[in-house]
This record gives sequence, C-alpha cells and structure tokens, in this order.
Amino acid sequence: MNFKKHHQPFFPELAKRSFLYLFLSIMLLVYIAPVLFMVVSSFKPDARVLSDGNSLCAFLPVAASLKNYHDVFSRIHFNRILFNSLFITGMIVAGGLLINSIAGYALARLQWKGRNLVLGLILAILVIPFESIAVPLFYQFSLIGWRDSYQVQIIPFLADAFSIYLFYSFFIGMPKELEEAARIDGAGPWKTFVFIIIPNSKPVFATVAVLTFLMRWGSYLWPLMVTTGETYRPLPVAMAAFESQVKLWGDIMAFGVMMVAPILIVFLVFQKWFVKGVAASDTGRKG
Amino acid sequence: MDTIRGAKRNESRAAWIMVTPALLGLALTIALPFLIALVLSVTRYKLDTPLPVLFVGLEQFTRIFSDQSFLRALLNNLVFALVIVPVQTAAALALAMLLNRPLRVMPFFRTIFFLPVIFPMALVAIVWELIYAPGPNGLLNAFLSLVSFGNWQPVDFLNDPVWAMPAIMLLSLWQGVGFQMIIMLAGLQGIPRSLYEAAIIDGAGLWQQFFHITLPQMRNTIIFVALVTTILAFRLFDQVWILTQGGPNRATTTVIFETVRVVFKRQDVARGAAMSVVFFLVVLSITLIQHLYMKQHREVE
Repeated sequence: MNFKKHHQPFFPELAKRSFLYLFLSIMLLVYIAPVLFMVVSSFKPDARVLSDGNSLCAFLPVAASLKNYHDVFSRIHFNRILFNSLFITGMIVAGGLLINSIAGYALARLQWKGRNLVLGLILAILVIPFESIAVPLFYQFSLIGWRDSYQVQIIPFLADAFSIYLFYSFFIGMPKELEEAARIDGAGPWKTFVFIIIPNSKPVFATVAVLTFLMRWGSYLWPLMVTTGETYRPLPVAMAAFESQVKLWGDIMAFGVMMVAPILIVFLVFQKWFVKGVAASDTGRKG
Repeated sequence: MDTIRGAKRNESRAAWIMVTPALLGLALTIALPFLIALVLSVTRYKLDTPLPVLFVGLEQFTRIFSDQSFLRALLNNLVFALVIVPVQTAAALALAMLLNRPLRVMPFFRTIFFLPVIFPMALVAIVWELIYAPGPNGLLNAFLSLVSFGNWQPVDFLNDPVWAMPAIMLLSLWQGVGFQMIIMLAGLQGIPRSLYEAAIIDGAGLWQQFFHITLPQMRNTIIFVALVTTILAFRLFDQVWILTQGGPNRATTTVIFETVRVVFKRQDVARGAAMSVVFFLVVLSITLIQHLYMKQHREVE
C-alpha cells in the first residue's frame, strides 16, 4: 500500500516489504521447483533421476544429454500423438468459435420468438458437468461405432454452453449504434455479424479460444474412455500409458516437456488472454 | 410496412439458423446422454452381454448406497472438498492480495503462480509421482529429512493409506491455486480504491480494512470460487486414476473413479449411469445452495 508511507515511519515499511518479498520468493521456489525438476530430469540418464533426489543435483543438469528425447521418438509414435492433440484441439477451438459465436450473437442482438426459451435452456445446460454425462455419452457413441476416432473426441465439445454464454455476455454489452448504421445500409444479420460484430469482438474470441484450448489440451477422462490404441490417442492419455509401460523416468520427463512446450508457448504469447479468460469465468456467472 | 415485416421475418429466420448448430450439438451430446443416463439408471444392462435391458426400478441406487467402495468414494470426495476448498480459497485470496500492488515484479510472480494451471493434470500427476518417490532418495522425502534435521522417516506417500490422500491433495492444490488466484485478483481490482482511502483517513489498520472492506466486497467472488472448487473436488479423477487407482484400501477412491471403473472393468453401463445421476444430484445441490446464498446476500445489501 503506497499511500501508507505518509503515515508510518520508514523502517516498518521496509520491513514489511522485505517480508513480502521473502514470502513471495519462498512461494516462487515451491512453484518453480517441480517444473525445474521435470525439465532437468528430462536431460538426465534414468538412473540418475532417481538417485539425485536427495541432493541439489536434482535441480542441476548433470550428465545432461538429449538421449531421452531420442528415446521417446524411438519408443512411440510421438509425432502422431502430438498431431492427434493438435488436430483435435484445433478443430474444437475453430469449430467452437464459429458455432458458439453465432449462437451468442443471435441470443444477444436479434429479435425473435423463442429467444428467451433458448437462452434458458443454455443456462440450464451450463449446470450439467461433463462427468455426469460421460458414461451415457460413451454408450451412445459405442452404439454407432464411433469409439477410437477423431470425431468422437471433437464433436461432443464443439457446442459449448459456457462459450455461448461468454459470447452472449460480450455481445449484449456492445453499443447499439454499431449495428444500426449497418442496418440502415440494408445489411442483414449475417453481414452485420461478419463485418461489424466480429471486427469489434476480438477480446471475446481470444478469451474463448484460449479457454477452450486450455481445457481440451489437458483433458484426460474422455480420451481415456474412447481411445484404445496409439492411433487416435492425444498426449495426456499417451503419456500416462507411456509412463506405466516404460517406467524410465528420464524418458517420461522428456515426454512431459514436449507435451507442455506447445501450450507453454501459447501461454507466454497470449498470457493476457489466459488471465482475462479465467477472470471472465467469474464475471460471466456472477450475475 | 411490408419491408419492415419482411426484415423481421428475415431476422427471425437468421436467428434460428444461427442457434441451430449449437442447439443441435447441445441436444445430442448433453441433453440426450443426460436422458439416457436417467433411463439406464433404472435398468439392468451390461455392454458385453446380449441380455435384454430390464427395468429394475431403483435397484441400482439401493445397490450403490450399500456398496462400500462407492460410499467410501463419496466420503473421500467430501473430505477432499472440506480440506481443499478452505485451504485453496484462502491461499488464492492471500496470494491475490499480495500480488495486488502496482509493482513491476508482480506480473512475473503472477505468471509463475499461474503456470501450473496450464499443465495437463496427467503431467502434473506424473511429475509429482516422481517427487513422491519412496525411500530416502525421493525428492520430497529428502526435503523433509533436510528440514527436520534427519528426523523424517521416508514414506511411500502414494502407497501409504494415511499419506495417499494428502499426497493427492497437495499436488491438486499446487496445480489449482493459480486459477482461483486470478479470479480473486480480478475481484480485488474491482473494489473502488476510494473505500480504502476513506478507511485510512478514519484510521483503520490493515486488519480492519481486510474485515470491513475486502471481505464484504469480495463476498460474491469468494462464494463463487468456493463453489467452483467444491465442484472440482467432486470431479476428482485424473490424478487418482494415474497415481493410485483408488488405493491403497480405497483411501483415494472417488465418485468418478468408481463410475469409470464400473463401466470399464465390469462393463456395467447401468450402474455407471446410476452413479452419474448421483454425481449430478450432488453437483446440482452444491450449485443451488450457492445460488441461494449469493441471492440472499444480494437482497440483504
């Protein structure tokens, strides 16, 4: 609190600030240590990963090499699995942005009968957690023979009530004047959406894209249920399977580093939107 | 007049076309399976047997509630929630308050605390499995031995009935707290600074500011965070499936774990559906309680 400075002597302020930094630094170590441990271990021979646990060597790249990374590629089709994750997540993000944004737009800005009913339905669906429908969904897709495929991992996540709600909340807050000019020029709802709404809604598109990416990239339960082999398996399931097969910690950590690298890059580039997205998950439901 | 009516009809048609893909998707992948769950839960039906579907009323539910594993799972979820919700909510609020200062290093700290949130839980679980490695060379065991000056007896955290659940809790906390912290931070930034300035003029100390401004202003955010964390606690699955398979001695089994196990290992879709229905009712009641609570307080204000 900067303004406290005027009321208190200099020393307690300095002490308080040192204490703050000390505490934050300890927390920083707690947060950084597992990540550093993973990265360092991924470069070490398997035996050393376990034996170094009782010394600071656990966090130092002793006897480092890229062998573990080579091993991952020689033991499994890592490229294929990475592609699976990228493809599934990419399709969900792209398809989801399209489907959910137009639905949010129709609910927020267009006048039509049934609008309140549809909005109510979507809000009701928001309450249903995925876990409570995973079993019947699994059964449903087993019946039509969709197990072990891309579509079974993509289609259930395209339409998303929460994304629709985020779009809806954003669109409803946009000024009316934006559209009115377009309407007077005779543009219909579609043209207005594409040429007026989308260019003015980058924040919500970015937020939904980032949130969807985050949720799907790490999802485990559903791909675990529907995939049976490497062919369509995404990274998290493949990693857990790899771990239980090889028990070679260096290789496993190398796999982990390669799994988290893409999302880490996305995170560092779009950090602002990650933070906004998470914050929006509150303001979205507060009302 | 005609052009206006025509435009309206046009708008209405466009609106229906725009919501149709989403509605169709939600109907086929949420509403339909939800109904299927309700129907299956009152039947006896296994995936791998050619036996016909039998209507058995509430038999699945009476069986579930006399199934020791499922009861233990419910209890474990409850214990997990009772520990994680207060700890994680308080930790998130504390971190957010510490970071809510206009200092240049704060975004850096924020990034670091948020980092585990982007890690897939499968990866977090496996990294922590290595941290929890048994014996004196395990990272956590070695660390505890160091800070206790050698008085720590190494523990096999994930295979010890006492330690398995706390171990699952710790890694979940590590992964999750950044998410709640960001929500809290957004809430804190919404509090008008003038409130604090007025309090300082009135001579309020830091604790008084916290209890009379921060807490009341943050009430809805805190309730929301507590709700989300409670629901997440009941959804606990990935780390349990990967690390302990519910063991040892059911110490870490959870509702979703039992549900998946029944479907996978016994092909018992009907039992799994009944468990899903129970799970849904639990989550629904938590949500309703939170809504009532939030509404009440808004009316009071």
